[in-house]
Amino acid sequence: MISLQVIVTALNALRRNILRSVLTMLGIVIGIASVIAMMEIGAGASGQIAAKIANMGSDVLMISPVAISSGGVSAGSGTSVTLTTDDVTAIRRDCPSVKAVTPVLSQGGIQVVRGSRNWSPNRIESGTPDYLVVQNWEISDGACFTERDVAASATVCLLGQTVVDELFDNGESAVGQFVRLNNVTFKVAGVLAKKGTNLMGMDQNDTAIIPWTTMQSRLARGGGMASTATSSGDYSRKNKYPITSVQYYPARDATQTANYPMPIRFNNISRIMASATSSDTVQDAISEISETLRLRHKIADGAEDDFEVRNMSELIDTITSTSSLMTSLLLIVALISLVVGGVGIMNIMFVSVTERTREIGLRMAIGARSSDILTQFLVESVILCLSGGIFGIATGRIASVVISSVLNWPTATSPTAIAMSVAVSAGIGIIFGFYPAWRASKLNPIDALRYE
Amino acid sequence: MANLIELKDLRKTYRLGGGEGVEVLKGVSLSIAEGDLVALMGASGSGKSTLMNILGFLDVATGGDYFFDGRDVSRLSANDRADIRNERIGFVFQNFNLLARTSALQNVLLPLEYQRKRRPKAENVAWAKELLTRMGLADRMDHAPAQLSGGQQQRVAIARALVNRPRILFADEPTGNLDSKTTDEILRMFRRLNDEEGITIVLVTHDAEVCDYAKTTIHIKDGQVVEGMFR
Repeated sequence: MISLQVIVTALNALRRNILRSVLTMLGIVIGIASVIAMMEIGAGASGQIAAKIANMGSDVLMISPVAISSGGVSAGSGTSVTLTTDDVTAIRRDCPSVKAVTPVLSQGGIQVVRGSRNWSPNRIESGTPDYLVVQNWEISDGACFTERDVAASATVCLLGQTVVDELFDNGESAVGQFVRLNNVTFKVAGVLAKKGTNLMGMDQNDTAIIPWTTMQSRLARGGGMASTATSSGDYSRKNKYPITSVQYYPARDATQTANYPMPIRFNNISRIMASATSSDTVQDAISEISETLRLRHKIADGAEDDFEVRNMSELIDTITSTSSLMTSLLLIVALISLVVGGVGIMNIMFVSVTERTREIGLRMAIGARSSDILTQFLVESVILCLSGGIFGIATGRIASVVISSVLNWPTATSPTAIAMSVAVSAGIGIIFGFYPAWRASKLNPIDALRYE
Repeated sequence: MANLIELKDLRKTYRLGGGEGVEVLKGVSLSIAEGDLVALMGASGSGKSTLMNILGFLDVATGGDYFFDGRDVSRLSANDRADIRNERIGFVFQNFNLLARTSALQNVLLPLEYQRKRRPKAENVAWAKELLTRMGLADRMDHAPAQLSGGQQQRVAIARALVNRPRILFADEPTGNLDSKTTDEILRMFRRLNDEEGITIVLVTHDAEVCDYAKTTIHIKDGQVVEGMFR
């Protein structure tokens, strides 16, 4: 029905008033451009937020034993000792959704000494080289310790940037130097890349990472568990693997033996950290790990797990929804400007109809049906809006490129936004062009011809 | 010669506001033969323009019968009337009504946009050019109306009215905006079209001079046909 002829006629009519057409289009250009820019910046921002969350360990899974509860008194998370290094091996082998897995022991209050300087990092962490994969952490200088170092309980460490800043002069390379952690000499194998604060606001650079075996056998005064429990009470796992003491199995009194019948194993570990292959597979990874561990721990169907798998999904959901809320807010503002542009289109179409009343009368006199007139004005407004939309897309793209290069904001192209903009601008052309076009088509040819 | 147009007791009443209507045509009966050149004369307010609008399918009568080419066309729908205007009728207006900033050729081609049966574009353009040449505007085809004199503009308008090969041409005060020399020129052109092409032409005018060129003159007074008032 809409032939090429109609489009040519509409283009001719628009060309006859080129300045006005361009100015009218400007409203749509600005509207669409802001929509595109918003969408791209929004997409970039959520991409960056996702990357930041991943950096903070969004796909990190914490596997810890459940708490020991004795006589109704719970000893707190991680007090039970059910996880072993074999569990780690099994998870690595049997869970396809798990990218990396490492045992983790951490301990606070360890002093790092180099020459006349000293510093107490927040915590000293330990694990296998996979620890860096799980934490999505890079090495900025040197190299990570190896599996062989882990097997040998080698005294090598990775230092966080804060620790390096405190112990070394500016520009001095820490790699290959020696530091002491609690009087054990460690060789610095590498320096960790800078990482911001974590979700709790703690400086993640204020740390050192060592092989977990080294932590267990050489550093952890509290023994292999490196428990967070600091009570000096007669806690069984204290002094289990002492460095200062040669007493491997401390004497337990009768009550303790009765309370904790668990056999002590050298390969017991307090926590396992794993990361899913992507943030989409976190739930798969959780169920795979649970299944593997239930099987390994011989837990009967229906019985409760002797471990917990936790992740940060709630936190991620909150952050993601916040950022998408921001994006939709901006989008609404942009849409309002589109509506304003549409009203501009309607206004100009009315002016155009009034101005061309005689032309409409003439066209009717020479045989145009009212539907022809309606189509002509509709096509004109759709062409205005569509070309405005196309210019708007180009402007929006340019704006987002400029913004991303000048302000260093991340942006991401959004094909959905582009497709949507084209549809929306055509829609605006039809909606806001319809009323003026309808008015034009309802003109009486005799009155229209006489119109001055 | 067969009658192209026959009116029987045609009436037109305008209803203004809520009050009683104003009867503009009070029972007009007339016939126009095919190939005639008719001058529709009357003072302003006599109803001649209303009559022409009804004859030209721009308006509908409120009473009486209108036979066009033997067909009763009193009760046609708006779309049917539009199609008849496009295929059978050409209009020439007092103020030319050419599209501004559009070349003479494009103006002439305008009615063909609304043709239901489309012809090849090249054929249309050739026909429009031939018409313009016949109007003596061969070297003015690319000129916009503003670049043409009044007489030339009216000749473009006549070419536009002819582009659909109409049976009948309606001219509403075609010389009202022209000086006497060009008036003469335009009227002679109508006469020639009538003589050579056999196109029926209805000239609506209040100017007695126009009647000199017409074969038949119909006088309208107060919404009725008056016989033999002059000549």
